[in-house]
Amino acid sequence: MRKKGRSASYYIRNTIFVLVLTLIAIIILVPMLWGVLNSFKTNREFYSNSFGLPAEWLFSNYSTAWEAGIQDYMVNSFIVTGVSTLLICLVSSLAAYSLARFNFKAKNVIFYLILGGLMVSEYCIIVPIYNMFAAVGLRDTHAALYLAYLTLQTPFSVFLMRSYFLSMPKEIEEAAYIDGCNVLEIFFKIVVPIGKPIIFSAALIAAVACWNEFMFALVFIDTQSLMTIPLGLQTFQGQFRTNWSVTLAACVISSLPLLIAFLTAQKQFVRGLSAGSVKE
Amino acid sequence: MRVKWYVPYLFVLPALALVVCILYYPVVQNIYTSFFATTAFSSNPRFIGLDNYIELFSDVEVLTALRNNIYYAITCLIFQCGGGLLLAILMESKPVRKIAGVYRTIYYIPSVISMTAACLLWKFIYQSRGGMVNEILAAVGLQSLQHAWLGEAGTAIWAIIAMAQWQFMGYYCMLLCVGIQKVPDDMYESAEIDGATEWQKARYITIPSIKETILVCTLIDVIGCLKVFTEVYVMTLGGPGYASHTIGTLLYQNAFIYNRMGYAAAMGTMMFILIFVISLLQLKLSGSGKQ
Repeated sequence: MRKKGRSASYYIRNTIFVLVLTLIAIIILVPMLWGVLNSFKTNREFYSNSFGLPAEWLFSNYSTAWEAGIQDYMVNSFIVTGVSTLLICLVSSLAAYSLARFNFKAKNVIFYLILGGLMVSEYCIIVPIYNMFAAVGLRDTHAALYLAYLTLQTPFSVFLMRSYFLSMPKEIEEAAYIDGCNVLEIFFKIVVPIGKPIIFSAALIAAVACWNEFMFALVFIDTQSLMTIPLGLQTFQGQFRTNWSVTLAACVISSLPLLIAFLTAQKQFVRGLSAGSVKE
Repeated sequence: MRVKWYVPYLFVLPALALVVCILYYPVVQNIYTSFFATTAFSSNPRFIGLDNYIELFSDVEVLTALRNNIYYAITCLIFQCGGGLLLAILMESKPVRKIAGVYRTIYYIPSVISMTAACLLWKFIYQSRGGMVNEILAAVGLQSLQHAWLGEAGTAIWAIIAMAQWQFMGYYCMLLCVGIQKVPDDMYESAEIDGATEWQKARYITIPSIKETILVCTLIDVIGCLKVFTEVYVMTLGGPGYASHTIGTLLYQNAFIYNRMGYAAAMGTMMFILIFVISLLQLKLSGSGKQ
């Protein structure tokens, strides 16, 4: 008798849990689905019936959006994100390796200097950086973004990779050293391959940050053909002020790359996330 | 492994040089600029001492922006950290755990769609005509509650804050789930043998075990809320009037639209100090919590 009673409340409890979770899932999904649905409609249909299915699925909204600039923004975003992420990984892994493996005088000071960069907010540096970059002719170039993103992301990546390198066994490196490999060979042929998981996680985190960065792009980039997606979409909204459906289509296209990346590499996303936020 | 003495320095040099030249040097430069009345590329900045800072605390726009940042932070702490924690606990409870992956993924999706895209989407959702919120209100007969959500001074910042909850709650939920998964199972098993309820397990095992994660979440969240920029810029540009400005957008406006670099630098310095103090405070709290 008693066991049966307990299991009844057990089922009720679990049902309530699942219901709550499902309700929240619906609240999260509905706005997105509503957006996708309306991206296929005509503007008039949007106003008259934003919840119904489109009378005719207008895929042309997508090609209009694509040709009206999204393709350029997408290419720019891939270039800026790709170059920045590569540089971030290179610079950070070198620094992290040095800080994890070698003993040298200024090691701790340098480590805390780099780590302290995490506390510096963008707002405190944007005005001087703007003047600085403008003075050397970096305004309205992608190079300004590479430099800014590289600097902003490096402290966190170093922090992330250093703790991983610390936990890696030294023996293979020692053996390679005895076999006559120099430091660079050891780094690129042994450390990088073994450290791939953490480098990949760090790359993902950096890539997401660069892909979505808005303020520096807004401040530095004026020419439309150089804009990245976050900035381009903002311009797009002005350009298509009267055509909501096309703007929504542009939003959907712009969100796809990261969404696909997340759904295919969820594990790595989560690892980077937890490695970065929970101190060991 | 023996290397030449300079090798370790060469390895850290690029990172160190970047951080010093493009993070620390600008911070110093920024503080210096904040004592001047100056425009971009001005050749004769005028030294005005603390005037920029004095103006900060009597500027009604700054105070409104600061208030909005505080609203933002409090709401985010309640819904993103608090709500996220609650959902994470539900998800990681025994049998639900098996299907929780689907929920985690769904909750996380808004945080990977492009921020600007999410903002534009919600701009449409909040439209007074045809927007999703007003349509739903009309459908359930609550026309009286309809608003031009982003166009009214009273609702604009709250509309933006609500969108932020939708976008980032799943992010914190995911972080907390990862934390909970690291709690050893046998702790729960022995609690179950003692007949502990779900509530007791959450209260006496889960929450104490992931205290650090919770703290990190609140830290990231509060700092993120102080830094809010894109949402406000894309959705309202700080309007109507200056009702929905945050410090970030106000700083941008002063620096790059009104060309008041000195004043903007003063705001930047204020932000720097605020974020620095909060980081230290939270680190300190986490340290004392351990004993």
